[in-house]
Amino acid sequence: MIATVTGNYYLVVGALLFTIGAIGLLVRRNVLVMFMCVELMLNAANLTFVTFARMLNDVGGQVIVFFTLVVAAAEVAVGLAIIVAIFRRRQGATADDVDMLKG
Amino acid sequence: METVLFFVFGATALAGALGVVLARNPVHSALFLVQTLVSIAVYFVIQEAELLAAVQVIVYAGAIVVLFLFVIMLIGVDRQEDITQDPIPYQRPIAVALGVAALVELLVLAGSTWATGQHTARGVPVRGGSFGNNVDRVARVLFTDFLWPFELTSLLLVIAIVGGVALARRSRLKPPPTGVPADTPGEVTTR
Repeated sequence: MIATVTGNYYLVVGALLFTIGAIGLLVRRNVLVMFMCVELMLNAANLTFVTFARMLNDVGGQVIVFFTLVVAAAEVAVGLAIIVAIFRRRQGATADDVDMLKG
Repeated sequence: METVLFFVFGATALAGALGVVLARNPVHSALFLVQTLVSIAVYFVIQEAELLAAVQVIVYAGAIVVLFLFVIMLIGVDRQEDITQDPIPYQRPIAVALGVAALVELLVLAGSTWATGQHTARGVPVRGGSFGNNVDRVARVLFTDFLWPFELTSLLLVIAIVGGVALARRSRLKPPPTGVPADTPGEVTTR
């Protein structure tokens, strides 16, 4: 007999995804992969929102995910444009190359 | 049924997430990201968020990952990052330690039941009641309680479009000649 899956199971998966994304963001140096890790973290938050919407039986949590999606889309559009603009100036895909403003 | 789906797609989601972090090639990272996103879309279907599952596949796996792949193709994939050198001493061990600490905190919070309290006053339930299907329910809440954030969303998208175009277009001025550092103050180009 397998235990019934409750909402907490989904929250654990969301926590694991968020942690993997956070560690990847800190460990990787490739700007594009760092961006993908941010997407992972956003998706973990989305999964948590949907899980809470189901646990509380309130559809508001699902609506919040739409706003998260919009923010993620805007972030990717502007962020990738910034990456492309940096690449025109200097050859280097790592975050350490962008240290122009370092004091 | 839900148990089987949960464990199968939980495994694929976590494997995809690990693949994003561990893959050396950014294209492989993007494909692993698609795997994770689709697995989470299945989770959305299981949890009665059918509209969000469709939006997840269309917007995330469709648009955003394609955008990633475009940029990867644009700037090249052959530049390997040097993972052996830490720019900050002990950055990676500290990063992993902090991540594990965050995971423990999240698990403690996920294991407790403090958040399973009452829902909002005018909340539309996910299931039950005469509110129609999932799209009807989401639309009802989105265009009543969340109307003002919804309108602000359009503003955010316009700002993102303008910012993307302004950043991505080439300057009409000539690029600085080679040999001169591009970031000297005299070379700042106004547009």
